[in-house]
Amino acid sequence: MHGDHGLDPTATGPDPHDARPPAGRAVRLGVGGPVGSGKTALVAALCRALGAEVELAVVTNDIYTTEDADFLRAAGVLAPERIEAVQTGCCPHTAIRDDITANLDAVDRLTERFPALRLVIIESGGDNLTAVFSRGLVDRQIFVVDVAGGDKVPRKGGPGVTTADLLVINKTDLAERVGADLDVMSGDAHRIRKGLPVTLQSLVDTPDAPAVAGWVREQLTAT
Amino acid sequence: MLFADSRFPGGGHVHSGGLEEAAARGLVRDEADLPAFLTGRLRTAGALAAVFAAAAAHGGDWAVLEAELDARTPSAAQREASRAQGAATARAAAAMFPPTSHQPPVRDASNSRSTVRYPGGPPPPDPGAGPVPSLPAGADENGDVDLPVDNPGLGVDSSGGERKVRAGIGALLGEVRRPHHAIVLGAAVAAGGGGPRDAALAAAYLSVSGPASAGVRLLGLDPLRVNGIVAALAGVVTEVADRAALTADRAPADLPAPGAPGLDLLSEEHRRHHREQVRLFAS
Repeated sequence: MHGDHGLDPTATGPDPHDARPPAGRAVRLGVGGPVGSGKTALVAALCRALGAEVELAVVTNDIYTTEDADFLRAAGVLAPERIEAVQTGCCPHTAIRDDITANLDAVDRLTERFPALRLVIIESGGDNLTAVFSRGLVDRQIFVVDVAGGDKVPRKGGPGVTTADLLVINKTDLAERVGADLDVMSGDAHRIRKGLPVTLQSLVDTPDAPAVAGWVREQLTAT
Repeated sequence: MLFADSRFPGGGHVHSGGLEEAAARGLVRDEADLPAFLTGRLRTAGALAAVFAAAAAHGGDWAVLEAELDARTPSAAQREASRAQGAATARAAAAMFPPTSHQPPVRDASNSRSTVRYPGGPPPPDPGAGPVPSLPAGADENGDVDLPVDNPGLGVDSSGGERKVRAGIGALLGEVRRPHHAIVLGAAVAAGGGGPRDAALAAAYLSVSGPASAGVRLLGLDPLRVNGIVAALAGVVTEVADRAALTADRAPADLPAPGAPGLDLLSEEHRRHHREQVRLFAS
């Protein structure tokens, strides 16, 4: 799994260390990926699927206004007190990677408000394929790409695709319309990730994201 | 120098120092508008930060310093921005200067905030050299500015004062839950072996480098020209730092209180106005 990357200067390896959070601390799950890949929708689906059984909260780096808060409240996805928004000063990748302090502060505020918190989902602002979460901020990370972004995306790689704990290839229901070959994407993804998990899904077909929710439950049990 | 570096993870990149609101109102549109905004900020908010960073580096009663800086910051939004950056800087500083005992710092289980509690109390004063070699009295970190050596606020007090400030960060976090940015900066610079003027210099520089960088990101200003604009402020930065160092040993109540009503109003408006609309910076 952590084999020789050859002479590829852009190759990065997955984190070989078992990121076990200190006992009692909520697990932090990062959700990253390019703009429009479906991160927010996936986070909402996870909140709906897990909210009743897991004490959870969300930190979003996405632009978040009162309109968004009202929408979430009306949709019954998550109580607004369980969502903290972090402004990233036009630097979405900085906030999750180079200077994580604003996000750490938000996690602290949520933990203060909900001492029994078990899971904090941190959603990054949409960025490009080079963005990845710092291990100082998250224990596990999901990277979301979608078929409309092009079926060459998994082959291109980048640290999000290659090192994320779970890669989600999203919006599979659109594949035919955008001329994306799912077998190519899936095959490339498995090859470049050397066996790390890959999930193909569509929230149109399965709104509760059962595969991803199941993977998250596994992570919570393991930590 | 680490504290002034833009790579320092002190949370500064999410704050624009009022620039986002100024830009929204058309007060800062391009590189030509930037020098006036930055100079104004430097001589007011920057000077205040420098004064208190110097005083904090000198050492003293943390809670009193905190209250005095609070009183000089009428804008609630600016107070919160200062505390947010203070928390971030404290986090980074705690990682830079771990306690000398073998016990790692733990998060207080009853109220897991950004403050770190050191088991058995704050780190003991380090009898030997600290993690950063002490600066000779009178020299700044670049060593290329002439300073009068009889200036009372400069350099490192190599007597018991140095030992006292090394315990500063732990003691500060133990006494004040979310200290202001300038005070954390002063305590951290002192813990690294710096003196009041070093802390003042860092505070003054940060008061303009952050907003300048925000201008690059928000407005797409030419980074090369912006860098030149910041460089041209060097004289004012050192002047602000020198003045702040002179008052470092004053009683906290007697510390200067420079302020800018314009910036206060901009920051309040920013917070109020941008709750409904897209806000890219926290302040």
